[in-house]
Amino acid sequence: MTQVPIAPDLFTWPSDDPALIAGRSSDGVLVFPYRKQKLVEGTREELEKVELPRHGTLWSFTTQRFRPPAPPYAGADDAESFEPFTVGYVELPDALLIEARLTEPDHEKLSIGQEMELRIVPFGTDADGNETMIYAFAPVGAADRGAN
Amino acid sequence: MSTPDVAIIGTGLHPFGRYEGKSALQMGEDAVIEALADAGVAWEQVQALWASSMEVTNPEAILGLLGRTGIPARATFTGCASGGTVLAQAANAIRMGDADITVAVGMDKHPRGAFSAHPSVAGLPDWYGEAGLFLTTHFFGLKANRYLHDHGISHETLARVAAKATRNGERTPHAWRRKPLSVEEIMASPVLNYPLRQYMYCNPDEGGAAVVLCRADQAHKYTDTPLYLRASTLFSGRDGAFDLLSPSLPLAAQPSPTVFASQAAFEQAGLGPSDVDVIQLQDTDAGSEIIHMAENGFCADGDQERLLADGETEIGGSLPINTDGGLIANGEPVGASGLRQVYELANQLRGRCGERQVSDAKVGYAQLYGSPGTAAVTIVST
Repeated sequence: MTQVPIAPDLFTWPSDDPALIAGRSSDGVLVFPYRKQKLVEGTREELEKVELPRHGTLWSFTTQRFRPPAPPYAGADDAESFEPFTVGYVELPDALLIEARLTEPDHEKLSIGQEMELRIVPFGTDADGNETMIYAFAPVGAADRGAN
Repeated sequence: MSTPDVAIIGTGLHPFGRYEGKSALQMGEDAVIEALADAGVAWEQVQALWASSMEVTNPEAILGLLGRTGIPARATFTGCASGGTVLAQAANAIRMGDADITVAVGMDKHPRGAFSAHPSVAGLPDWYGEAGLFLTTHFFGLKANRYLHDHGISHETLARVAAKATRNGERTPHAWRRKPLSVEEIMASPVLNYPLRQYMYCNPDEGGAAVVLCRADQAHKYTDTPLYLRASTLFSGRDGAFDLLSPSLPLAAQPSPTVFASQAAFEQAGLGPSDVDVIQLQDTDAGSEIIHMAENGFCADGDQERLLADGETEIGGSLPINTDGGLIANGEPVGASGLRQVYELANQLRGRCGERQVSDAKVGYAQLYGSPGTAAVTIVST
């Protein structure tokens, strides 16, 4: 099955060392998710595509106990097979705080300030039968696994 | 204190809860009729109306129930801050000289369960919803977790907030949830959005609330106990503020819009936090109430641990907060919730609150916060 990003311009893919993509304006402001243009001092400016750091620290985290309302949620699970997951903000040095799903579903195993790294993980299936991939953050050293 | 130009002369409430077979407009109608009776004003004397609702597209259609008098009737929606907005607009019509008597009304009737919408209505990409990130409740858990960590606040303090809400709800005849819950029962409820547990959250529900306003110099024609609108402010979030549904945030943090709305409101009123006798804060969840205590200037970050342990936010304490049980005990019909706060403040300041009465209350303060990062503050006084 072909693996495709859940949306274009979200992260570099396919890649051996994928990274999240942000936009950068001439005044150095980073925009995530990337978009083509932004107002800078009253003028619409094309943003430069840049890769964000792959490592950071956990700024905060929380849990999602119930399957989110669908749509818009498009996970491959259903009400029976849904597994609670965790969400957090990861502070990427000199860049941004990024909101992301975390690969560790047990909040007891997470702590503010811990080292995190980017993972690109399988999520669902698109209309063409491709496997969709989303970004997530994992505690550094955690085994490679899906987004929960 | 500033010289008031607008008075509140009547308030009304359709209790919040679940009402099979009754429409949002009908609940708004009941609230307006109660507010008019409270003010001693006939509907035909009302010269302009502002209405707010999340679920009703044209809540100003309430005129079809109250009487089609031909007055200007407008709808405004600013999420959870809507009550503050329609109150401010009804007051501004009086200040502008457009009307002497106006009505602000809010009403809603939400389906059960979490709010659900398409991410595009919030300016967010489709994938954000597909991936399970488009949930406002994540924000409440994430902000509370970081705040507790930064300021040394225990999970038991969250539970104390919710326990107080249920105790105040027990003392409020019109509250939705009137069964007091102990700290232990709240701590035993399931974790929804860590560190927030099920009984620490408010639920969407149904209801209506209304306020009748008039020129301050005419208030005594209608009531011996008018209240005066001392301040009403609304601020949106600025870049760097940690607000709901943010896929990313800049590293350089800015204060929440609540901080700006609060500071501006105190300045407008010529008052400070220590002048306030009774406080209503947006308690979407117990963490929000704790954070809003500091963001509104009622305590320093971290003092909440001691203040809650000492009972200072109880009705008999130095900072009585959410005396009617707030959102946790009343639920949140979004369009009406802000005017419920004003209803409670008015009843407190007019000495009508029975066993939940704050003694000698003269200044009341109400704060709202919600999507997409909007805060409103209202200050009223005797």
